[in-house]
Formats: sequence, structure tokens, C-alpha cells
Amino acid sequence: MSYWQFLSEYGPRFLEGTLVTLLQFIFAVFLTIALALVAGFMKLSNNLFVKGVSVTYIELFRGTSLLVQLYWIFFVLPLLGITLEKFTAGIITLSLCLGAYGAELVRGAIQSVPKEQWEAAYSLSLSPIKRMWRIILPQALANILPAWGNLMIELFKATALVSLISVADLMFEARQVNSITYMSAQAFGTALIIYYIIARFIITPVIRWLEFITMRKMGRG
Amino acid sequence: MFDWKWDFFWEVLPRLLSATVNTLIAAGVGYVIALVLGLILTLAQRTTFNILNMIVREFVEFIRSTPLILQIFFIFYVGPQFGIKMSPWTAGMVAIGLHYAAYLSEVYRGALDSVPKGQWEACSALSMKTHDTYFRIIIPQALPSALAGMGNYLVGIFKDTPMLSVIGVAELMHTANAIGSENYRFLEPLTMVGVIFLLISIPAAGFIRVFEGWLHKKLGMK
Repeated sequence: MSYWQFLSEYGPRFLEGTLVTLLQFIFAVFLTIALALVAGFMKLSNNLFVKGVSVTYIELFRGTSLLVQLYWIFFVLPLLGITLEKFTAGIITLSLCLGAYGAELVRGAIQSVPKEQWEAAYSLSLSPIKRMWRIILPQALANILPAWGNLMIELFKATALVSLISVADLMFEARQVNSITYMSAQAFGTALIIYYIIARFIITPVIRWLEFITMRKMGRG
Repeated sequence: MFDWKWDFFWEVLPRLLSATVNTLIAAGVGYVIALVLGLILTLAQRTTFNILNMIVREFVEFIRSTPLILQIFFIFYVGPQFGIKMSPWTAGMVAIGLHYAAYLSEVYRGALDSVPKGQWEACSALSMKTHDTYFRIIIPQALPSALAGMGNYLVGIFKDTPMLSVIGVAELMHTANAIGSENYRFLEPLTMVGVIFLLISIPAAGFIRVFEGWLHKKLGMK
């Protein structure tokens, strides 16, 4: 079977898998950002309990492997009475894990905003919410974006692991096609190329563009 | 609801501990491969052949933008198609070593770029050989700034070893799954794997920080 025959026969399966991978990625991006912001802010809190919760969460998820977390949430949580559907379990685990890394980025970025900015906002008697939202966060965001871009690539690659709890993503389809055809080079090679194209020619340029927009808005472009 | 069985815990603990040794070996061997291969990948981007530099550059990007788990499958299953038969261990070490080599080559690149240009110029003014320039002048100066990244990826490679379980390397995750399906009990083995990871990676990360601090002080850098 030539590669073109292979593609015309199994191409649709790869496309379906790619769609599932992208859905996992997009949902997880939003949830990761939300978790990272919440945990990042909580870690900066003066309240020891709030801070403790955040530190525990971050260390727990940064200290273990994503795969361990995925198996634990999918196979052990049901024993404790919480059953998640595999698609949801995938998104939640991905976000919890990458969110912990993101939280450290958020914390670092907020702390990197010069102290004078806080003082100036304070002396203009801006409300705490306004101070954070209009003064601190935009500057923190600009500092964080390059590192955040790397994290998004990591998240995208990490979606491949959800295939192990049998979410029918690109990785899963590649394995299926491999076990049907025994054409490993074609099956896994095609998947590699699709992941590469999405990460290198879609996600990375979008992040660069966002960086450019932010920098321009901040007047640093 | 929560029926944790301590006698089962004690029963499977020895098996998991011996698997932990395998995990550590896998991480260690993978890391050594990555350290060496990473250096080769960095140096191959700095030759006088522009085409070679570009190809290696894009190869590194390719490795960095595709999932490790897929690379593991690719190396394990595609090798035999071309007559290269590898045991799960060999294939796993090659895959994880190559993946992290790409990351480490970026660390080295950043570190090499951080060496002031004057140092390079001084070397060429003294007409030192390329080999001497790198090994006697540049690398010793670049090393300290590379160490932070190198330490992080050591912990990173350790946390990625569970992926080797998919091709049957008998590390922690694989053993825990085996225990689980033999006894129809996943609660204890999977939880224990998580705890073992925490118990190793958090102190390791702390130790690396301390070591970095010590080294910076030793080298007289702040």
C-alpha cells in the first residue's frame, strides 16, 4: 500500500483524532488560565490558609507526573465516589497539572511588577480591584507571555496522554491505525507531522502575535 | 467509601520500591544520553555549514513540538520495520534521551549566547583552535548559567519516565498497573506511585536549588 492509499483510507480517522485533540487543547487552555490565575493570586495572599491551599495544590501537581495524575483521577476517584467521563477527566487533569505550572508563572509575573506601580496606584486611591485589573495585571501579563507560550506548547503536547484513558484523540487514532495496518512508520509518522504542524505553524505564531499585540498596547513595541 | 487496606499496602510495597529503582535508572540513563546528545545538537547548530545548522535547528524544533509519548511509540514500533529491533528499555532510553537532548540543547544554546562576545574575539585573537576555544574558554564560563535549566530537566525527565510504561518498561507506573490488574485493586498502588513521586521530586528540586546556590558562591558569582 502506498502512502497515498494509506492516507485516503485512514486520513479521515486522523482528522477526527486531530479534532478531538484540538477540542481537548482549547477547553484545557481556558481552564488552565483560570486555575493558574486563581492559584497564583492565592499564593500571594497574606491569609495563611489560602496560601497553604495554593502551595499544596501547586506542589502536589508539579511534584508528580501528569500520567500518574491522569490514572489516579480516572481510575481511583471513581472508587471514592467521583466518576468523571473520560473526555472531561482528560481536560480537568491536563488543566490541573499545567495550571500548577502556570500559577508559578502568574505569581512570578505579579511580583515582577515594580513596587512603584503598586504605590502609585495606592496613592491615586484606586480600589484594589481596579489597581489589580488596570495597573498590575496588564504589566504582569506582558512579562509572562513568552513563558506562557512555552506552557501552551507543553499543554498541547500533553494532550497526547489522554489517549491512555482512551479518549479518541490523534494519538489514540494513530495507535488504532497502527494495530490495524501494522504500518507503524506511516501511522505514527503522520501523527508526528500533524502535531508538529499545529504546534509550530499554528500555536507558536498565534502566541507571537499575542506578544506583539500586548507589547504594542504597552507601548514597548 | 474509602477502603484503604494497609495489609495490601505492605504486601505490594517491596515490588513498588524495586520498581522505583528501575525508574531512577531509566531517568539517570536517559539524562546522561540527553546531556551528551544535547551538546552535539547545540554544536551542530554552530558550524560553518549554514544548511546543516538550519536542518539541526528545525530538527530540535520538531522534537520539541511533538509529544514524547508519540516519539516513544514511533521509535519502538518503526525501528523493527527497518530492521532495527530494540528492547523496550533501549527504545525508551533512546526516545527519552533524544527528547530531552532537544530541550537541553536549548539550555546550552542560551548559556553559550550568554558568554560575552569579547571572549570569543580573544580566542580568535590568540588563534586558538575551535576545540580549545569551546572546551577551555567558553564552556567553563557558560556552564553556571546552564545549570538551572539542566537541573529542572533532570526532575522533568524523572517525571516523564511513567510514559515508558506504555511500551512495557517495568518502571513504577507499569508495575502499579500490573499490581492493580492482578488484584483488581488500583487505589493503593496508584496512590503509592503518586506519593513516591512526590517524595523524590520535591526533595530533588530543593537539593538542586541548594546545589546551584553553592556552585554560584563557589564560582564567585553573587
